[in-house]
Amino acid sequence: MRIEYFQLIDRIIDLNLNDLTIRVEANVPTQSTIFEGHFPGRPLMPGVLLIESMAQASGWLIIARTKFTKMPFLAALKEVKLRTFVTPGQQLMVAAKIVHEGSGFARTEATIEIDGKAICDTSITFRVVDFPQGEFRANMDEVARRIGLPLESVAHG
Amino acid sequence: MPSTFETVANIIAETCDIPRDTITPDSHAIDDLGIDSLDFLDIAFAIDKAFGIKLPLEQWTQEVNDGKASTEQYFVLKNLCARIDDLVAAKGK
Repeated sequence: MRIEYFQLIDRIIDLNLNDLTIRVEANVPTQSTIFEGHFPGRPLMPGVLLIESMAQASGWLIIARTKFTKMPFLAALKEVKLRTFVTPGQQLMVAAKIVHEGSGFARTEATIEIDGKAICDTSITFRVVDFPQGEFRANMDEVARRIGLPLESVAHG
Repeated sequence: MPSTFETVANIIAETCDIPRDTITPDSHAIDDLGIDSLDFLDIAFAIDKAFGIKLPLEQWTQEVNDGKASTEQYFVLKNLCARIDDLVAAKGK
């Protein structure tokens, strides 16, 4: 995880396009400039970034589902629960499931666990638009490779 | 069984916290009820679930943007309900 670059997902562990689910691993770094301010002497992973990690896991699931033809953008959150503190060095298991595919939007339910214990959960709505091309697409392809998105099973659209 | 309009009006009232008695078949979701596009995603989600359909929001938006349709055709509630009924009927074929 490189928090400063919003690279919150380290590795896709499981992607199931039949069940519309994804599980990813995200390792909170032991050091980051973010922890210098959040908070001095008591470093905590910011809750908004835990939400972002659930959004990113959901987002990759939607991208895989639509075979890189659609790009999801975070639009709304419901019932966000941040159940406990997350500290540097902890390993997050982020999971998401698509619960609805609408016209121009999608909704997922996402969770984070640490060692099997529920840490966060929420329902996320995304606006889903045509996948941007050019540099954006090239960067996303690179990230997809880095996090181990099984491109062969998601054959690009 | 509630009518399509009753179901849609209840969804709008609950989703957007709009008094149910202010919602009529002639209400324009955007102009009269002040529903914005983000709130409409919630409404579309609930309508999709309630009726087992997929409102073609992208197509409608495109048609309005291209000047091929007016917002009244899709967002005045009696017209929206007629579209929903058409989609439900098409699903059953």
